[in-house]
Amino acid sequence: MRVAPWGRTRQWQNTGNAVAESDNIVVETAEKIFADLADPQTINNDKKNSWQAPLWQALSEAGLPLSWVPDDLGGSGASLADGFALLNAAGRFAVAVPLAETMLAGWLLAQARIASPEGEMTVLPASPRDRITVDADGALSGRCRGVPFAKAAKHFAVLAHGKDGISIALVDAARAQTESGLNVGYDHSDTVTLDKVQPVIIKAAPDGVDQTTLMLMGGVSRSLQIAGALESMLDISVRYSNERVAFEKKISKFQAVQHNLARLAGESAAALAAATSAADAIANARSFNDEVYLEAAAAKIRCAEAAEKGGGIAHQVHGAIGFTIEHILHRYSLRALAWRDDFGSESHWAVELGKLVASRGADELWPLVASR
Amino acid sequence: MTAALRFDPIRLPEKCEQLRKEVRAFLADEIAAGTFDPHKPNREDTDAPEFSRRVGAKGWLGMTWPKKYGGQERSFLERYVVTEEMRVANAPTRRFFVADRQSGPVLLKYAPEHIKMDILPRICRGEVCFAIGMSEPNSGSDLFAANTRATKTDGGYLINGTKIWTSSAHIADYMIAIFRTSPPTKENRRHGLTQFLVKMKQPGIKVNPIGQITGQYEFNEVVFTDFFVPDDHVLGEVDGAWKQATSELAYERSGPERFLETYYVLTELVRAVGPNPDTRSAEGIGRLVAQLHTMRRMSVSVAGMLQAGKEPVVEASIVKDIGTVWEQQLPHRVRDLAAFVEETATNRETLERQLDFAIKTAPKLTIQGGTTEVLRGIIARGLGLR
Repeated sequence: MRVAPWGRTRQWQNTGNAVAESDNIVVETAEKIFADLADPQTINNDKKNSWQAPLWQALSEAGLPLSWVPDDLGGSGASLADGFALLNAAGRFAVAVPLAETMLAGWLLAQARIASPEGEMTVLPASPRDRITVDADGALSGRCRGVPFAKAAKHFAVLAHGKDGISIALVDAARAQTESGLNVGYDHSDTVTLDKVQPVIIKAAPDGVDQTTLMLMGGVSRSLQIAGALESMLDISVRYSNERVAFEKKISKFQAVQHNLARLAGESAAALAAATSAADAIANARSFNDEVYLEAAAAKIRCAEAAEKGGGIAHQVHGAIGFTIEHILHRYSLRALAWRDDFGSESHWAVELGKLVASRGADELWPLVASR
Repeated sequence: MTAALRFDPIRLPEKCEQLRKEVRAFLADEIAAGTFDPHKPNREDTDAPEFSRRVGAKGWLGMTWPKKYGGQERSFLERYVVTEEMRVANAPTRRFFVADRQSGPVLLKYAPEHIKMDILPRICRGEVCFAIGMSEPNSGSDLFAANTRATKTDGGYLINGTKIWTSSAHIADYMIAIFRTSPPTKENRRHGLTQFLVKMKQPGIKVNPIGQITGQYEFNEVVFTDFFVPDDHVLGEVDGAWKQATSELAYERSGPERFLETYYVLTELVRAVGPNPDTRSAEGIGRLVAQLHTMRRMSVSVAGMLQAGKEPVVEASIVKDIGTVWEQQLPHRVRDLAAFVEETATNRETLERQLDFAIKTAPKLTIQGGTTEVLRGIIARGLGLR
């Protein structure tokens, strides 16, 4: 039973609030749960991962994993904007349960008016390079690499290509073959193979929802998580520099350290601005036009760059202690790096965005950039 | 959170987009009439007084100021649109740019009424050019080391000393400058400087042009010898200029001019690679566009916060830090990507000529209007490190 205090039904293509303008009940609820059950230091000390089940249970009871699923399909019907803000908060805590993945899966299923089941989900494919096909009998086949939290998922939301176009399906995870893997942030990133798997339910995707749409939604979700992780990396790096003493003064008093932290602030700011702008663009989009494409692709590219540059500075400021497994810094820095790879890397999106810009022509570049 | 940086995703209101169309149409007409060539940023004569008057006649100068001073009482976001369109078109804005962005707002805040009534409407009409007198031979980033003296005399002050790197001083009608009216105190080394309005083109002021590595003459040395400034030209508190400088910097530091100065080479690169770029060019262009887009969204966000009456000083410094580093690197990245452009590309020569100029322009971008080092110091203070 899911009870969401904000219970409003908003679907894709509806007009929502901007992330920053959204009422923050969703975020406040989530932050309280994260603070209670996902404290990075507590989690980092817990070698048995006994924190995972209570955290997931609390998030589920609050209706958060199905934020993007309307009430009548079993979700809590939060707006796209509120869901994006929630993912930004999850990034600030480097949350390592399939929250983003289940949200995306619920969102994808809802596009075809498929109800979401209870429990953890993830989406297939999770890379623009992979493809699932559907045959005449409605059976699904294909191999997807780098699927986040596939091992933990009870169901997959699948986007499949068939003779009659694009379909969206709900698949029982037990019917797929899943090879376990870990990404650079030590979270599950698995290879899933579907070999003529019959879905629980399959429906035609509505116009305007295709693999690119899914990748951009996933990419913006990851961008917000990266931006959140960078905010926390800035926060703990500033705090550390004000505590650590070297050469008889706090290292925050050294100009070289100050300037490094100023650059980290810049990277954190750029990631936040790019990600929240893209989230706002999607939340208010009527269709996936070039402007929304620019926003979403640019967010993934810029946030991935910030993960590298900003995370590097956070480690430099911390010195050796930040390189230890006991310290919480890696929970943010490695996860931010890992998130770069999901739903299309920055290299992928840069090529695609570059092609779009080139095909529009030189004199249409500025009108695109200045479109909002 | 220690930092709590904010970059709200501002959407420009509908009236901005209408205005943008008007500005584009105006600039297209000016280009057609031969006023300037948008593909030639390296023009030798950057002063365009007639163009300045025509921009003024459109109501696009001092457009946020009160109507009684000739302004339009429009929003900062509207001004933002005008500024970015002018910049992207490489329009010759030198004559009015400083007055519109910086000097006018200072006069609005600190000048006596009769001076406001005299000068502000003329800025709005595009008739007057301003310079800013900050740096001196021994005082650059360290503003409070300024030593050009303003000595009290009957009815005003006598100015003696030298300002340097003063852009547009050779064409300027006025300068807003800081001069030393008292020595610094032990407790506050920032004490003792006063902001003045200076009428240029008078005896007692000598302007010596200084050549730049781009081949242009834009900045100058300005020597004051017993130059008289009347009492009513003091702007704000005597000895208290340091209190006046900081909040206005957010306007100066976050505008589109802080990342668009070399933008033209990116447009020209896109033209050169054509509609079907190879993977390398596509990726390079995609990254640059993503970075550009992000900076513009940050910059628009700061403009929106300014419009809402906030003072995003740290955010503005971040925009200038990231923006100027980017526009400085841009010509070099474009050069990398242009290495394999087809010999047959029709704009090859234009691109090469532009790159040549942009590469020579690049070093100044992280120095003018507050060096990268100064900006990072401000950001560090905002983070609670100083």
